[in-house]
Amino acid sequence: MTAIRVDLQIIADMVAPDTRALDVGCGDGALLAYLVNFKRVDARGMELSQAGVNACVANGLSVIQGDADTDLGDYPDSAFDYVILGQTLQATREPREVLRQMLRVGKRAIVSFPNFAHWQVRLRMVFGGRMPQTASLPYKWYDTPNIHLCSIDDFRALCADMGVRIERAIVLNSKSRPIHMPPLLANLVGEQAVFMLRRD
Amino acid sequence: MLEDLTDAERTALAQCRHAVLGAERPLRLDCGVDLGPYRVAYQTYGTLNADKSNAILVCHALTGDQFVAERHPVTGKGGWWDSLVGPGKVLDPARYHIICANVLGGCMGTTGPLASEPGSGQPWNLRFPVVTIGDMVRAQAALLDHLGIADLFCVLGGSMGGMQVLEWAASHGRRVFSAVPIACAARHSAQNIAFHEVGRQAIMADPEWKGGDYRLHQTVPARGLAVARMTAHITYLSEQALQRKFGRALQDRNALGFGFDADFQVESYLRHQGSTFVDRFDANSYLYITRAMDYFDLAGAHGGVLANAFRGSPTRFCLMSFTSDWLFPTRESREIVHALNAAAANVSFVEVESDKGHDAFLLDEPEMFRTLAGFLKGAAAVRGLKEAA
Repeated sequence: MTAIRVDLQIIADMVAPDTRALDVGCGDGALLAYLVNFKRVDARGMELSQAGVNACVANGLSVIQGDADTDLGDYPDSAFDYVILGQTLQATREPREVLRQMLRVGKRAIVSFPNFAHWQVRLRMVFGGRMPQTASLPYKWYDTPNIHLCSIDDFRALCADMGVRIERAIVLNSKSRPIHMPPLLANLVGEQAVFMLRRD
Repeated sequence: MLEDLTDAERTALAQCRHAVLGAERPLRLDCGVDLGPYRVAYQTYGTLNADKSNAILVCHALTGDQFVAERHPVTGKGGWWDSLVGPGKVLDPARYHIICANVLGGCMGTTGPLASEPGSGQPWNLRFPVVTIGDMVRAQAALLDHLGIADLFCVLGGSMGGMQVLEWAASHGRRVFSAVPIACAARHSAQNIAFHEVGRQAIMADPEWKGGDYRLHQTVPARGLAVARMTAHITYLSEQALQRKFGRALQDRNALGFGFDADFQVESYLRHQGSTFVDRFDANSYLYITRAMDYFDLAGAHGGVLANAFRGSPTRFCLMSFTSDWLFPTRESREIVHALNAAAANVSFVEVESDKGHDAFLLDEPEMFRTLAGFLKGAAAVRGLKEAA
């Protein structure tokens, strides 16, 4: 239980020790377990699949079954230092509202998502004439849970529109390694991005 | 106080511990009556560790008692939570000091309508004050004071036991490190009150009940209590479980009898459940305890907002429900989870897939055991509770 996925590690590194965090869509609880065990974080999870929840709780993690779109509303303002949403924003019904709720419930929000302007996506769309299928977007158009895909620049625009401050933005290549490029290029080369946001 | 015991109480008390409490400071009941002295019969398993950090309180359900994990002195059957409590089980006495007390109003040694009224020396019967889940929990808290146990590593229980767990967390949260309410609700629903009322009416309609003074008349309202149990028992099972177990199978015959004997296996089963229940339970006690469940409404006690019951709660919660439980369905547990979230409490919630209905919490449900084991492991790590030696 020492190694976690590279993109999860990047999120974990953004979280300060001894804080409170809510991981929305926590899956099998890998990030939660890391935060609890290595950063003494009071970490809670919310997961859509009951099987995922049961596995997490059986591992000693505090997790409930819940939906990012509907259940964030239960929590009081500023209940957490961080609300984390990993690779899930694009699957929510109302991403803007989910972001708003995350920043209400948490002092900071950490969001990661696949970049829909990645060059492979663009190529497949423009020259292939087909809906893109890549490593980070493996679904067919008819079975994808991703109903609100966006590019890194789209996301920046939404943040600006919502008046949300971007504290950190890390763009990852296809090997989940951080890349350092001007935004225009990052939006082409980056396969996914991790943003840390704060209410302004 | 100890002199007017029933045979069952005498047998029970011979196999467990008891404390006489409230002689100096009586228990102020929700109905306004001061009760004292009163007796609490309880059982313990395992040893309290040096820093008194390994105590677990198990809260029993409507017809349960303090004999959680041993041969029952009255019925001769195994303990009601044998599957969970015992050496090598999730609640291992080698690691935890496990306590279970018969509830106030009960009939296995704790003071209830069977006890004698101070002054008159006569059994309380229906003159016994109506008690609530809150009163039951206050009596348990008084027992812990008496035992010198300041706080509990965990309080857990199913059904009415789960209601007590919620009450513990709401009213004595500082003493509760972790809480596991299973298959329960924060308030008794109209349907559940209705079923209880059918049971009570069956008891009171039995001519042998004698206005509750049956012991004076040396009668037993066995028929009424048996019918109450039969009705209740149906609510503990799921439709699928009944169908799977019995279907339309006939009992000891090859054809319908064209009469009113127990033609069907399901009838025979219910009759058996009813008649064996009468041997171990008291009718008046049944009236009082069902009433306590009916009166339970945690939100009502906190200005109508359930979250207020848990504001600032330091307790770690783990709720469980069962998919086929229609007496305390999952949505009731979810309401509690929403309220706990609104109070930003630390909560886990697992819905266990089972077709066994409400009874599932008493049965061999590996997913429930896994969940509880994981939750307790996590809680013990945070508490700094060491592994069993």
